[in-house]
Amino acid sequence: MAAGPDSNFNPDMEFFVDMQRCIGCRACEAACAECETNGQEPMIHVNYVDRAHSVQTTVQVCMHCEDPACANVCPADAIAKDGNGVVHSANTSRCIGCSNCVLACPFGVPKKMEAAELMMKCNLCYDRTSVGKKPMCATVCPSGALFYGTREEIRKKRPNSDPVNTFKFGAQTVHTKVNIMMPKGSTELRVH
Amino acid sequence: MFKIFSDLNRKALLNASIAMVLVIVLVYVGSRDLQNFDAALIAYLFGTVFAVFGIMYRYSVWVQRPPTRLYWRRTWKFVFSKRFFPYLGFVITQFVKNILFQRFIYPRGKSRWIGHFLLATGCMLAFAVTIPLTFGWIHFTLLPGTTDIYVAHVFGFAVSKFELGGLIAFNAFHILNWCSLFVIIGAILMMRRRLTNGGLIATQSFQDDWMPLVLLLAISVTGLGLTFDYSFMQGKTFEFMSVTHAITVILFLVWIPFGKFFHIFQRPAQLGTNVYRKEGERLGMAVCPHTGEAFATQLHVNDLKKVTRELDFNFDMEGGGSHLDYSPEGKRAALAKAQFAAREKEGSFFG
Ligand code: HEM
Ligand code: SF4
Ligand code: SF4
Repeated sequence: MAAGPDSNFNPDMEFFVDMQRCIGCRACEAACAECETNGQEPMIHVNYVDRAHSVQTTVQVCMHCEDPACANVCPADAIAKDGNGVVHSANTSRCIGCSNCVLACPFGVPKKMEAAELMMKCNLCYDRTSVGKKPMCATVCPSGALFYGTREEIRKKRPNSDPVNTFKFGAQTVHTKVNIMMPKGSTELRVH
Repeated sequence: MFKIFSDLNRKALLNASIAMVLVIVLVYVGSRDLQNFDAALIAYLFGTVFAVFGIMYRYSVWVQRPPTRLYWRRTWKFVFSKRFFPYLGFVITQFVKNILFQRFIYPRGKSRWIGHFLLATGCMLAFAVTIPLTFGWIHFTLLPGTTDIYVAHVFGFAVSKFELGGLIAFNAFHILNWCSLFVIIGAILMMRRRLTNGGLIATQSFQDDWMPLVLLLAISVTGLGLTFDYSFMQGKTFEFMSVTHAITVILFLVWIPFGKFFHIFQRPAQLGTNVYRKEGERLGMAVCPHTGEAFATQLHVNDLKKVTRELDFNFDMEGGGSHLDYSPEGKRAALAKAQFAAREKEGSFFG
């Protein structure tokens, strides 16, 4: 699934996520279900962080890892990363629905569609981004939790934050294509 | 220049060679020392033998990948244990439902399922007929002293007689036409999806997605063309039809190991993962430390810890435990909490 020469993917535009700004309105979920690559099924995740104690919500898109754990653990070679660094949803004829990717993704992204025995996940709205448009979710987010644009734009918009794309999960470091907004000067986000 | 040889996978090469030799031996024995072998099919035989070699090679390389190897080993160990017996019925129903009928495609879309079912059924039926013919395992003769009674021979033994012009003869000689018709309808349904679905248009490629459909269509159309030619055109296009049919079929065979058609051989693994999950449920579920709910089998979580290690990932946490102990929701919450904590520490939630 390498991007063909006719692909108009704009490498200057990037995804910047600030989940602390998420208000749980689920506009992105509705927009995601409009994406033609996943046919009416929203792939974005919106959920309460700790429902018993707070109303904080979080939003999660695929981070498009440099060395994706999901693709590594797939026994069917169903997940591929293309030349633009986009990690695609499972190849429909190969995926055997084993859920390895669902459990191994450090960001909890892939979804297993039980009846269809198929994994599906966010593919950065490839139908849109491959022609230079923004992903659906980022066009509707009212709170700025999801932003898709250039580094220049985000620097102006969020002068006191820095985008980070290095994450630590225990002993594991993960580098991603998608950024998370952190306090200025941060270079990584340690999760555990 | 000889890098290709050092890159070859030794084990796979061995398996592929054994499979190839085995097929050749079976052709020799099954056709009674080639007496019943139809020389007109020699090109198809070469194509098939190459396909067997290629499929076995790729399959062997495939099952050596750590996640695949784990499932492979778990499956066979389980199949040969006494705990497998209660699952026999489950495996058989799963095989019929999900391999023969590919029912799991239905929830993805009705025409998607119908299209694929026709493609797969047409092809599998055609294989069931053409492979034994190509190998010389089946052949037909006229019953001596008659002009309308056919005898079918399997491995050189006469197994049944049928009258020319009867129902059996009609179906036996026309089954490949039915197969072609199935495949043509299936391919057209799939092509329609690929022309109209925006998501497919954005992600498909000619080589991976269109070539297989075009090839199947070409095989079926020229196959039907052969019958059409001798039924209605007095053999005027026979040369063209038979040559293009042979070329497309051989391309198909030779390409199986490299392209999309390899999924035909990968799919049975789906049965293995379903049994794995069922047996895992019996052994016990993993509970997420964050949500407090069961989210996967403990067997699966433990196996993934091993597999990720083999693949040079290490999600072990300092205070013990692993990031993989968390459910997908737990993992997302952990990330959100960590980002929130960083913002809180900074003293400003919006920056
Ligand atoms: C011999 C037979 C078979 C042939 C010729 C065949 C051919 C194809 C083709 C051409 C496609 C791509 C369709 C498209 O999207 O354009 C496909 C997809 C697929 N095949 Fe097969 N197939 C065969 C057998 C099987 C079997 C036995 C299974 C079993 C379980 C299977 C499972 C699938 C699945 C899951 C897809 C993806 C369908 C979707 O999500 O739209 N195939 N096959
Ligand atoms: S975030 Fe998860 S699903 Fe996305 S590429 Fe990384 S491992 Fe794969
Ligand atoms: S669910 Fe599908 S894509 Fe995910 S690891 Fe299993 S086979 Fe691969």
